[in-house]
Amino acid sequence: MADNTFDAIVVGSGISGGWAAKELTEKGLKVLMLERGRNFEHVKDYQSANKNPWDFDHHGKPTQAQLKQHPIIARTWGKVEPIMDYWANDVDAPYTEVKPFKWWRAYQLGGRSILWGRQSYRWSDIDFDANAKDGWAIDWPIRYKDIEPWYNHVEEFIGVSGSKEGLAHLPDGHFLPPMDMNSVEKDVAARIKQQYKGQRHMIIGRVANLTEAIPGRTKCQFRNRCWEGCPFGGYFSTQSSTLPAALKTGNLTVRPWSIVTKVIYDKNTKKAKGVEILDAENNKTYEYYSKIVFLNASALNSAWVLMNSATDVWPDGLGSSSGELGHNIMDHHYNVGAAGEIEGFEDKYYYGRRANGIYIVRFANLLGDKRDYLRGFGYQGAGSRGSWSREVAELNVGATFKEALTEPGHWSMGITGFGELLPYHDNKITLDKTKKDKWGLPVLAMDAALKENELKMRKDIVAEAQAMLAAGGVKNIVTHDNGHQIGDGIHEMGTARMGKDPKTSVLNEHNQVWDAQNVFVTDGACMVSSSCVNPSLTYMALTARAANYAVEELKKGNL
Amino acid sequence: MNRRDALSRVALILGGTIIGAEAFLSGCKNPSPSAAGTFSADDIAFLDEVGETILPATTTPGAKEAKIGQFMKTIVTDCYEEKDQKIFAEGIGKLKEASKKKYSKDFMELSAAEKHDLLVELDKEAKDYNKTKKEGAPNHYFAMVKQLTVWGYFTSEPGATKALRYVPIPGHYDGNYPYKKGDKAWAL
Repeated sequence: MADNTFDAIVVGSGISGGWAAKELTEKGLKVLMLERGRNFEHVKDYQSANKNPWDFDHHGKPTQAQLKQHPIIARTWGKVEPIMDYWANDVDAPYTEVKPFKWWRAYQLGGRSILWGRQSYRWSDIDFDANAKDGWAIDWPIRYKDIEPWYNHVEEFIGVSGSKEGLAHLPDGHFLPPMDMNSVEKDVAARIKQQYKGQRHMIIGRVANLTEAIPGRTKCQFRNRCWEGCPFGGYFSTQSSTLPAALKTGNLTVRPWSIVTKVIYDKNTKKAKGVEILDAENNKTYEYYSKIVFLNASALNSAWVLMNSATDVWPDGLGSSSGELGHNIMDHHYNVGAAGEIEGFEDKYYYGRRANGIYIVRFANLLGDKRDYLRGFGYQGAGSRGSWSREVAELNVGATFKEALTEPGHWSMGITGFGELLPYHDNKITLDKTKKDKWGLPVLAMDAALKENELKMRKDIVAEAQAMLAAGGVKNIVTHDNGHQIGDGIHEMGTARMGKDPKTSVLNEHNQVWDAQNVFVTDGACMVSSSCVNPSLTYMALTARAANYAVEELKKGNL
Repeated sequence: MNRRDALSRVALILGGTIIGAEAFLSGCKNPSPSAAGTFSADDIAFLDEVGETILPATTTPGAKEAKIGQFMKTIVTDCYEEKDQKIFAEGIGKLKEASKKKYSKDFMELSAAEKHDLLVELDKEAKDYNKTKKEGAPNHYFAMVKQLTVWGYFTSEPGATKALRYVPIPGHYDGNYPYKKGDKAWAL
């Protein structure tokens, strides 16, 4: 095999790219994984992970110099001193905001798998049926039964801790033991269960942190510093999990600093021949060839690659024949919820920093419930005792003030909604050819916003948050709705959706581009609707499913 | 930090808290070089005294042992927006003037009790100001000084390990951990 020829090319090394590489290499394919950013080694490159708070010059606060390189992240809660270098340089790689859009990007090996929130929930048929039932957009080409074995496959490998609840709309999985709720969370959960007659469920979050060791990885140490990278491999990331498995096969080649600029499309065979890359360090162009290509560059960047490919055949790019490429962008909207105080429990505290919280399972528009909007939402939250950062009303300065702050304060409990966003054709991304990035490449223009359905839902999220906390015994409840710019949920998806019909979708039921069937897109781009649960576990399962199919088709000589 | 940490901090802020942890979340939006962010050795010694008055040594170390003056300098110089740098720099002068006005003495010459009483007054002034402060209006210098002192101290080595309990690697989680009055809070 020539140096530039492989069985498969995987574009991207994040959550779904790592899965594609693992599955394809384990099935015997020679795989090239391309990452646009730097190499980033497990443990060795987690340079801040063992520092103490005082070892950081600014005790966690980002400097003006850091913020200047990251004007987008500067608008988010991700602007924290230790991890500023983990975020993409927003100045080198700008984008156009036709409407305000927060794009959290991590351009390095492992992508956002290092930084992700690790909440891991299965979708159910309520989600896969939703578009068809509501007559909205297009139907999913798959159902829960199609993906269920792949959820099992993924969960067994990555390790997800959680509790079995027996709920059809939030299917149980292959779980490691659940983390504990603290005393206040248990009390609030019990009160909610009683007040809503067992119809509403506050459970411990299902999270890809290990509550038991698995081969090659140590269990979670409850430091709650996951996003600095875990020296224990306590949570799932490409580096802790899929990359070592793929490397172990001897079939994986990783090439960092490789910006894929296009899929090379062969008009005669109507298939991809490989990809063209721009080396981000030396600015030279290289071509790599393969039998199949997996696009796992993240929802927006996978769409960007397609938009730049085969433009001599389709001016708007490979996969644009349906008119849907770049359209239907979704996210989860949040920054909306309530919080309040808990009386009592003064003799209770907690030990350890749990990188997880509670989850309130969707109830709106389910099981006979009917609202004045479509779909639903879940809540994430936590109960905790006040820290030194609290205000002590009656005290000001001096010894008494200081001594008060050395003890924990009263308990409080807060929840924030995560709402489903509908797919809208006119929520879209396009190429902005008037603006170029550091490498002279055209950038994306974001044109997407919440609409009436989401705004109605947000009012309900606030009202229900207040009502449920009150039912849970929480006092002095304060609600908030800070608005939501698309992208801020870090769950962007839908820009190259699956479907049953090439006229209305970019991908088929196996994530193959209709117009080039040896190109698979298995990151968030493929999503047809957004559900309200965190999507990464579903991306992993869809990737494993598509990889299995691709190898079968290769064996049959169909690709 | 994750979303739920951010949330619990939001909850605290909603509960009326504007100090300390908020600094982790609020960055400076308009980077610009600073002319006001320069501090003399005297300024640092002065800020050490102010910090020590806010969080004095008791059975545990005070803010001076946490090198709070140097910390304030580092944060104001590297992390503050220019307009806040200016308020902070002018605030040093205002605090000195307040001492002259109340005691006809330099702050550094006051007794511990006098320093305390003066800062109680300034703290009240800042709190009253914040009660009616509109979003985007200038910050009060003493609110800044107090915020930097509390945050800097409790995240410093002496603050985190002596005034609080610091466990770098807890190893497990216990949601039903007992607490009795007098037990120290966790540093993180």
